Amino acid sequence: MLEKALVGSKKYWAWVFFLGLLAVSGCYYYYRQFNYGLGLTGLSRDVSWGLYIGQFTFLVGVAASAVMLVIPYYLHDYKKFSKVVILGEFLAISAVLMCMLFIMADMGQPMRFMNIMLHPTPNSVMFWDFLVLAGYLALNLLIGWVTLGADRKGVPPPKWIKPFIYLSVPWAVSIHTVTAFLYAGLPGRHFWLSAIMAARFLASAFAGGPALLIILALLVRKLTKFDPGKEPIQALGKIVAYAMFLNVFFLGLEFFTAFYSNIPGHMESFVYLYKGLEGHHELVPLMWASSVFAAVSLFMLLFTSLRKNEGTLALACVLLFASLWIDKGFGLIIGGFVPNMLNEVRTYWPTRPESVITAGIWAIGFLVLTLLYKVAVSVREDTAGIEIEH
Amino acid sequence: MKLYNGGKILTGLIIFVAIATFPIYYNIGKVNAKPEPKLDTPAIQQMAESERKCVESKAYMRAEHMQLLNNWRDSVVRDGNRQFINSTNKHYNMSLQNECLRCHSNKKKFCDECHNYMAVKPYCFDCHIAPKEEQKS
Amino acid sequence: MSMDRREFLKMAGISSILGLGVSAAATAQNILGQGIAPDKVITNPEALTAKHWAMVVDMSKFKTDEDFQKTISACHTTHNVPDFKNPDGSVNLKDEIKWIWKETYEHAFPEEDNPYMDEKLKEMPFLVLCNHCEKPACVRVCPTQATFKRPQDGIVMMDMHRCIGCRFCMAACPYGARSFNWRDPRPFIKNENKEYPTRTKGVVEKCTFCTERLAFGKMPACVEAAPKGGLLFGDLADKNSEVRKIVETRYTIRRKPNLGTGPSVYYLIGGNEHA
Repeated sequence: MLEKALVGSKKYWAWVFFLGLLAVSGCYYYYRQFNYGLGLTGLSRDVSWGLYIGQFTFLVGVAASAVMLVIPYYLHDYKKFSKVVILGEFLAISAVLMCMLFIMADMGQPMRFMNIMLHPTPNSVMFWDFLVLAGYLALNLLIGWVTLGADRKGVPPPKWIKPFIYLSVPWAVSIHTVTAFLYAGLPGRHFWLSAIMAARFLASAFAGGPALLIILALLVRKLTKFDPGKEPIQALGKIVAYAMFLNVFFLGLEFFTAFYSNIPGHMESFVYLYKGLEGHHELVPLMWASSVFAAVSLFMLLFTSLRKNEGTLALACVLLFASLWIDKGFGLIIGGFVPNMLNEVRTYWPTRPESVITAGIWAIGFLVLTLLYKVAVSVREDTAGIEIEH
Repeated sequence: MKLYNGGKILTGLIIFVAIATFPIYYNIGKVNAKPEPKLDTPAIQQMAESERKCVESKAYMRAEHMQLLNNWRDSVVRDGNRQFINSTNKHYNMSLQNECLRCHSNKKKFCDECHNYMAVKPYCFDCHIAPKEEQKS
Repeated sequence: MSMDRREFLKMAGISSILGLGVSAAATAQNILGQGIAPDKVITNPEALTAKHWAMVVDMSKFKTDEDFQKTISACHTTHNVPDFKNPDGSVNLKDEIKWIWKETYEHAFPEEDNPYMDEKLKEMPFLVLCNHCEKPACVRVCPTQATFKRPQDGIVMMDMHRCIGCRFCMAACPYGARSFNWRDPRPFIKNENKEYPTRTKGVVEKCTFCTERLAFGKMPACVEAAPKGGLLFGDLADKNSEVRKIVETRYTIRRKPNLGTGPSVYYLIGGNEHA
């Protein structure tokens, strides 16, 4: 089926070429970073994780969101999702791939990555994170390929794939819970030391991922002959609305605990992010933009008539995605490191090489997504009108 | 049997073979002298002839020195044990910098001789300090 | 038997994965190796041993700036710790690496909040270093056991060979005791100590309670260089050791004790006359 990705219109190739260019620029700057060291980024002794890990954290959420399509379709027989589940699975593949690339980019000694496998450490959350991410990638590759192949032939998928599909549901929840555990179990960092981290992560994942899926589905409808349908998009819109509400609610809960308890260790990171601390307010405009976007998009999603209109729904999804990207992909990470463990305010901002490498990895992810979607869409276009039993 | 796209396939095949055999024909005619690691460091010269023995025999070291060093590394760093008893019951301090390189203080004429010939680039010396080599008069 | 392209590709794919898998397993076996036979290795007889190495810091003995500099220098020079400075002489806070350093009381003990405290006390210098915790968070999170707690004496050790540079330990340490090599440190090492390795870019480093000195019967470099009685080093598990006696009978504080890490560095309040 891969050969379907090798034929396309001029616009398709122009898009692939553009992504390829971005990816190559990212590779060039990574080559420079590999030779110089991670000092080429804005990271420092005090803020030792930044844009790369933030993007990784955000993308694990996007990857987990495929489950929001799998559960209704496979567990509850919601037939309306029949044509779009594959889009979710392929998005998961692309997202997990990006996660792994961001981890590689962030490692000080990437050539030693096998050490995680050679010296397994069950007490380390990162060891489990690696395992579950690798497993999730394998699961989605298997499921996506087998189900799409079956669709192409116009037959139901083989029965043995069902257990894997059912497994992917708790597995998706696990990848994001384990990623949240990276943060939620560290004793010194009160901004992260909260039981609700995993719940927040899952809520934002189930809002952000499907929001991206809505945008992608609308794009697919516009650019190809495959129409995912109005109802799947509306169903996704409802899921996004509920998940975003929970996400905003959970953030409110964090604010309450921090500020009602008045404990400095809990408050200071929030103050740095939203007001500025000791004259440092680099992140304040970004965080407020994130909050405004979140509020506006949530309002638009909850207001039924705005959600039913696909134009305003798309806008809401874009705002939501941007809001979550800022919050989870940047603010959450930096907030944990400022102030540092000695209560000093040392800040961080990504450098140009860091940003280009980040853009390059996103480009690689989108490239993989484009190629996979091209295959999926071509199969759908070929089989249009044929009803498939699952 | 007809070979479809034969032109493209054969072209691709030729390019692949050209790239894959590049190391062979690039080095034809180049003189690659046999490596001759030198043992004439001041530390070794000072020892009596009969004393000039390495931790293990030459044959063993030539084949296994990397395995030995890895074992030494794990023993020193991870277990905290630093004294090695070799096959002839002599005791050695398990340290690349302070034991091995104490005698073999000429990295360029000893270690690098064989490593360069074999195109091996051990990254030990990224951290472990090789002794500064004096000019021989 | 005729085979179509799809079958051929499937076979090729599975064979390559199997082949790669087998060779990876074989390589792993080779890398992990057999290790040395236990009878070929012994601890140095002159090594200093303990069940639980701990340190008592008596800041009253550090009177001048030189006292601090000598102590910090002893450690950083012995261990080839690079010195990152900006062109104007100020410390490069981004790349800096430090194993032991000076912090004010306010920053070393941020939980002790007293708005009416004398400024002099707030600014009072304290030497801080890795606390070699009893329940170290850094060890808990390391995915490769590159940092680990030595079972024999409780020292939290670093294996630079195994570190993959993920910096999870730096996020986990509640004391900011760890540094990362953001670039090659060698150009920034002022006086190379030829008997100790440097590090390379991409690994984390920190104080190791001078295991390489303890193995040869010597006290840690900072303890030796500090003014007499400034840094006391001993076995907390030994009821007769000086550190144990001080910790049992005098008032000492530790950094962030409520986090459950169990630091092994105790700060003596009130000075020790019997130094």
